[in-house]
Amino acid sequence: MSVQEELRPEVDAATVSRAEVCIAACADAWRGDGEILASPMLTVPTIAARTARATFEPDLLLSDGESRLYTGTWAIGETPPPDRVEGYVPFRTIFDIMWSGKRHVMMSPSQIDRFGNANISALGDFARPTRQLLGVRGAPGNTANHATSYWVPRHSPRVFVERVDMVAGVGYDRAAAVGGDVARDLDIRRVITNLAVLDFGGPDSTARLVSVHPGVTVEEVVEATGFTLDAPAEVPQSRLPSAEELQIIREVVDPRGLREKEVRA
Amino acid sequence: MSDKRMTEDEVVAELRSGMTIGIGGWGSRRKPMSLVRAVLRSELRDLTVVSYGGPDVGLLLAAGKVKHLVYGFVSLDSIPLEPHFRAARESGAVTVSEWDEGMLQWGLYAAASRLSFLPLRSGLGSDVISVNPDLRTVTSPYSDGTEYLAVPALHLDAALVHLNRADASGNGQYLGPDAYFDDLYCAAAENAYVSCERIVPTAELTAAGPVQSLLVRRSDVRGVVEAPNGAHFTTCEPDYGRDEAFQRDYAQAAGDAERWAAFVDRYLSGDEGAYQAAVAEFATQSLETVR
Repeated sequence: MSVQEELRPEVDAATVSRAEVCIAACADAWRGDGEILASPMLTVPTIAARTARATFEPDLLLSDGESRLYTGTWAIGETPPPDRVEGYVPFRTIFDIMWSGKRHVMMSPSQIDRFGNANISALGDFARPTRQLLGVRGAPGNTANHATSYWVPRHSPRVFVERVDMVAGVGYDRAAAVGGDVARDLDIRRVITNLAVLDFGGPDSTARLVSVHPGVTVEEVVEATGFTLDAPAEVPQSRLPSAEELQIIREVVDPRGLREKEVRA
Repeated sequence: MSDKRMTEDEVVAELRSGMTIGIGGWGSRRKPMSLVRAVLRSELRDLTVVSYGGPDVGLLLAAGKVKHLVYGFVSLDSIPLEPHFRAARESGAVTVSEWDEGMLQWGLYAAASRLSFLPLRSGLGSDVISVNPDLRTVTSPYSDGTEYLAVPALHLDAALVHLNRADASGNGQYLGPDAYFDDLYCAAAENAYVSCERIVPTAELTAAGPVQSLLVRRSDVRGVVEAPNGAHFTTCEPDYGRDEAFQRDYAQAAGDAERWAAFVDRYLSGDEGAYQAAVAEFATQSLETVR
């Protein structure tokens, strides 16, 4: 342990919520990304991206979800002052950035399979869905062009399925079948859920359990997953957020505690 | 420069059943709603609609105007799922081309550039290919030999867009955060119609915003409609934001046949003037409820 780490204030695990563990795990998805656009959807990933930039990933680009890039760190639901604008990213420019590869998005799928194929489009038969969702939106382009991670607020066999009804986000088997650029560039970094962290380091690029959140057992995760999950003999616990991260989460980015509404332990 | 001012009903009189119509804006943002409402009042039917969809698509579906829909998504933004779109899809009332969002831009750009297709990586490997069997791929003729999706041109018979300002000859200006793809819709269309919050003398355009805000050129525009509050209940920044209370009312009504009939009766049974009066009355009532 380095001297610097020894000087860090201790974090009392008992005071850390499940949502805060999820935020730290989501933040880690962007670790090492450098100067690219981080595009979070939903609340927990948004808090996570801002926390990552405020701490260990300072070069990330962050937008207001509308058309401006901002410097600094700001609260959910707030608009930073105009002197913090550092760039203009209307939707057309978002496509340009997507196609350039300099982006890492975190989406929330309604279904995802063990190869990482993800559905945000519709449930049931596409010709006449039992439940129409958003449509594929930018998911095919995101996955074909740059790094993608997924956030699943409620880990269940209804989300983690053997086969998704409609492939919006491309998974590893589909990418291998199509070959070329998509096979080369497909990069599904990780899936963070309210229970655990997964990646696609299993056999043939299938889902693998990376860590379980404190208070969660491997059995619980396996049971909540509708496909056979590659679970190593030893599965570590997901890390706790650092004291610095907790201060940013609680006091700067999410003082109203919106994170707790999105995550049930 | 010719004077292209028209009314909403004059625009709709130039449209025909069966046409392919592109609608500008994005989700529940800067939609040409007064033109859409005029279509609702018309006899038009069997339309093919191309849109980054919001309540424009929802209302047209609810009124049975749409035969085929081309979209990347249909959403009310602050309310993720468009209720009429959901209902139409789940009842099989409409056939669809569900595309990746970037494909839509590329299809419009191809049409605007007089190309039959443009190559794109997005869509490859996804079920967009399987549910749209008419899509084709193309192989690079250069040494890399890369395979791309060949996004077909989206030729529009007509485009409907709403901007903040325009002059009488069709030079259109946006003053909000995003142009969306309105210029491409206009360029991809045989005939484009621009509604705007205010028609101003040409000399006033560059007083309102930088020259880069002049998005649409008159050479791409056939008609200009002055439509104050014409994007209601979607955003038209900086002139006004989304009417969230009204949108909630719309979405709730859409989920129930009886309430929807009452909504249509209250807001959509008269002309645009009657609509705006009913909206003003709704705003007064909401204010009283708050008090």
